[in-house]
Amino acid sequence: MRHFALFVILLLVTFLAYLSSCQSNISIQTAQYAVNGQKVYKAHCENCHGGKGEGLGTLYPPLTDKNFFAENRKKLACIVRHGLQEEIEVSGQKYDQPMPGNTMLTDLDIAYVLTYITTRFGGIDSTYTHEEVKSALADCRP
Amino acid sequence: MLKNKLTILFILGLLLSACQSGQKRLPFIGEPDIVKKVVDGKTITDTIYPTIPPFQFLNQDSTLITERFFDSKIYVTNFFFTHCPSICPTMQRNLLEVYKKYKNDDRIAFLSHSIDFKYDQPSVLKKYATNLGVDNDQWQFVTGSKADIYGMSDRYLVFTNEDANVPGGYDHASFLVLIDHDKHIRGTYDGTNPEHIQDLLRDIEILLQEYK
Repeated sequence: MRHFALFVILLLVTFLAYLSSCQSNISIQTAQYAVNGQKVYKAHCENCHGGKGEGLGTLYPPLTDKNFFAENRKKLACIVRHGLQEEIEVSGQKYDQPMPGNTMLTDLDIAYVLTYITTRFGGIDSTYTHEEVKSALADCRP
Repeated sequence: MLKNKLTILFILGLLLSACQSGQKRLPFIGEPDIVKKVVDGKTITDTIYPTIPPFQFLNQDSTLITERFFDSKIYVTNFFFTHCPSICPTMQRNLLEVYKKYKNDDRIAFLSHSIDFKYDQPSVLKKYATNLGVDNDQWQFVTGSKADIYGMSDRYLVFTNEDANVPGGYDHASFLVLIDHDKHIRGTYDGTNPEHIQDLLRDIEILLQEYK
């Protein structure tokens, strides 16, 4: 009987380990943010940056450069909210068309859309959280 | 008796389907003028479809181009502006695919009119075209006076309007218009709709067949 209980416990542990190994390393929260972010992206970003984040020629930069996202993570929220006036370099290519700001988006919208962009196109697997957006926006240079 | 009727129906059906499988012709678009004239004592009616009138605009190379640039060509035309935040990028992204497909094919050209007559000077258009990936004169980007550009949009049946209440300051429809050698309108397509772009690609081939 005792052996049987041990066996059942072992089985359960193995099963749970099996389940968790099945999941990708994107958490439920990240996935939820990304789903909401997709709607924001379609409404406010896709026209210029494209359905796959591919950009358009050298008019609008692609949103697929993992290094750019890593190096400029704090700036991303500011770019979405306030747009860009200065030239930037993405994947070795310079872009100098101004980007309009998106002042109609809430902090949470920005968290959603940045999570969508960075995970879907940029190969990053963490949430760009609501708190991260708030702290980044507090430091934006206007 | 019934069998005979069925046979006749079957043959009729075959004939109809044979008609349809022949080369389809694109329609002429716009309100036609019905003209009556007397020839050899008989009154005949002629249907005259609207054509695009002569025009001249400054292009991205600061040279004047006229309708003669498009003589003996079919062309696809639209209305846009360079810093348009709404429908233009999608429309131009889609038209760019059509341009790439027919690049260096001198049977077809492209013409984008800027409706921002204040900001989109030739140098701005040149930079935009280059950034978009257009590096020959097969795709013309033109600017002109407000009256000329907005007047032309009426002739192409495309809505345009200067409107401070819309993003970017100009409101316009995202139509791509297909024009034949005689400057007749032969097709209109929503440049933001991927299915319409497929229709445009198909219709370009049908129209090119008329000039073989």
